[in-house]
Amino acid sequence: MAEAVMAPPQSARAARLGWIQDRGVYVAFVALILFNLAFTENFAAVSNLRLQLVQVAPIVIVSLGMALVIATEGIDLSVGSVMAVAAALIPLYLGYGPWVAVGVALAAGLTMGAINGALVSVVGVQPIVATLGLLVAGRGFALVMADGQLKTIRNPTLLSLGSDSFIGIPYTVLCAAGAALVVGFVVRRTVFGRRVVAIGGSRQASVLAGLPVRRTLMTVYITAGVLAAFAGIIATARLQASDPSSVGQLLELSAITAVVVGGTPLTGGRVRVIGTVVGALLMQLIRATLIAHDLPDSSARVIEAAIIVAAVYIQRQRGSA
Amino acid sequence: MSASGALDHPDAALAAATRAPVEEPGRRERAAGVMQRGGAWIVLVLLLIIGAIVFPDFATSANFRNIAIQSSFLALAAIGMTFVIVGAGIDLSVGSMLALGGVLGAYGSQWGSAGALGLPIVACAALGLVNGMLVGRFRMAPFIVTLASLLGVRGIVLAISDEGDNTFTVEDAVFFSSLGKDTLLGIGYPVYIAIFAFAAAAVVLNRTRFGQSVFAVGGNEDSARLMGVPVTRVTVTLYVISATLAGLAGALLTARSGSGVPKIGEGFELLAIAAVVIGGTLLSGGAGTLGGTLAGVLLLGVIQNFINQIPNLNASYQSLVSGLFLVVVVVVQTYLSREQRL
Repeated sequence: MAEAVMAPPQSARAARLGWIQDRGVYVAFVALILFNLAFTENFAAVSNLRLQLVQVAPIVIVSLGMALVIATEGIDLSVGSVMAVAAALIPLYLGYGPWVAVGVALAAGLTMGAINGALVSVVGVQPIVATLGLLVAGRGFALVMADGQLKTIRNPTLLSLGSDSFIGIPYTVLCAAGAALVVGFVVRRTVFGRRVVAIGGSRQASVLAGLPVRRTLMTVYITAGVLAAFAGIIATARLQASDPSSVGQLLELSAITAVVVGGTPLTGGRVRVIGTVVGALLMQLIRATLIAHDLPDSSARVIEAAIIVAAVYIQRQRGSA
Repeated sequence: MSASGALDHPDAALAAATRAPVEEPGRRERAAGVMQRGGAWIVLVLLLIIGAIVFPDFATSANFRNIAIQSSFLALAAIGMTFVIVGAGIDLSVGSMLALGGVLGAYGSQWGSAGALGLPIVACAALGLVNGMLVGRFRMAPFIVTLASLLGVRGIVLAISDEGDNTFTVEDAVFFSSLGKDTLLGIGYPVYIAIFAFAAAAVVLNRTRFGQSVFAVGGNEDSARLMGVPVTRVTVTLYVISATLAGLAGALLTARSGSGVPKIGEGFELLAIAAVVIGGTLLSGGAGTLGGTLAGVLLLGVIQNFINQIPNLNASYQSLVSGLFLVVVVVVQTYLSREQRL
């Protein structure tokens, strides 16, 4: 990773800034937890913690894919629509058994990711535009497939994925944690992870260095698509219904926020997996705190907006440092 | 820029002659250039012809008036978006600004037409100024700044409207209501306002110092600064323009419907971006035309009208078709601009 070597003259200030940039999200997270422990009733109750984690699980899963995409200097706006397509397909294929339905949903995510990847890496369309197309078309496709209707799900296997736990931890949370571990390992310990960061740092240099840029970009967007579909499955299982009109709505924004607040710059070349997970947790915790203290939705949104701006403002000097 | 005029323009011919091996633009490249600049208009004409043949009720003046009035609100927002994108930025907050303009338009109508028009424009301009300062002055990424204001401005809308429960209605603002509802020669006022805005914007973008500065900033910010372009001021202005036009569109929408609905405008920013992109403006900045944007807006309007003409097809099909259409257009454009460069 970019271990910033600061010039001696302003080292004290720069070092402090660097420290905040690197660990700000953790500090904020811990501070907010302490605040809640002190001032929010029933915050430390197991049921509350479990609820928060279950709610954040799909966002974490989507954010992990988003972090990889952003690390390549891209962006994926279509993740929410991919979730909707996955949710819409599940009830259509549940007749063949839950695993077939899950498989089809994941395959849909893979296909949509491959379309994004092909547009970005082979055709050379800008990531925002390429994935904007699928954001609009994907949601429409999901609604057409589902006939615009909410369908209740009664399959016991899927319902158990959404509501059962293993040694007290819900399956959905375990899935998110597992995904985080896998992505973290891939980013830190594999050649693929280094390539992702290299492409984000300079695509041209990566091409000249002989890296398989197209293949890597394809893989990144496919991963983001599959993870989004997975999140769509989890959200559907938890909701006990397939609701393609609302599932994943605006989730692309939450995911981008989690990634950026977690310390991954939108300019690519750097990725922080743990930061992303904590970023998602932090945004969830902020919202939960505001709700617990009876702040209305309107103020919650304004405060969230201010926090996003503040987080990006603090990180802004990273590029020049 | 394309070299299609190299043969008949003396300066261009000279420039071409000074380049090492003189290569005349082939027919393919020239066709590609025309397609990239005028492609949206060509597709629009094709769609109009197809519509006239396939749907009996399509080519009627009532239907065209309908398309025009429905497109005029998107048109206003897309003008602002064109400015921002030419300046190498992006504005995700226009959907929320539209809602704010709409709600404040209805809220402000208690002080007459001046309040109904003035309040949304001033408020949105001020919030656009905040966007612009964060991007231009504090040098933060436009995507994330306007993403935050997408959230924050929607929060303000909810705060004004009692968490979205309260829908204000327009009261005693005769002039304001007539702006949305009345017609001249059978065509609604919002259409004239949109046309006027396009004409004014085209003059500003292509014929003024500010417009040239926008191209310079979008093309290369550092070079623009070295040339003495007031980069910060230009950037800030772009976001003020975009927010103001979106707020105006929202106010007009309220004038037309008679009430300010807090929920409107979700996803509107994406439509505006899509219209600009379909119009041939590249998101990388430094290039773009308002004529293309107008064609993009009308294309989206015609697609929506097609879907409405077919019974059994609903809004889901509309987004499916629009999204796929966008993908096809950008793929074609990308290949064409590559053709030109080679």
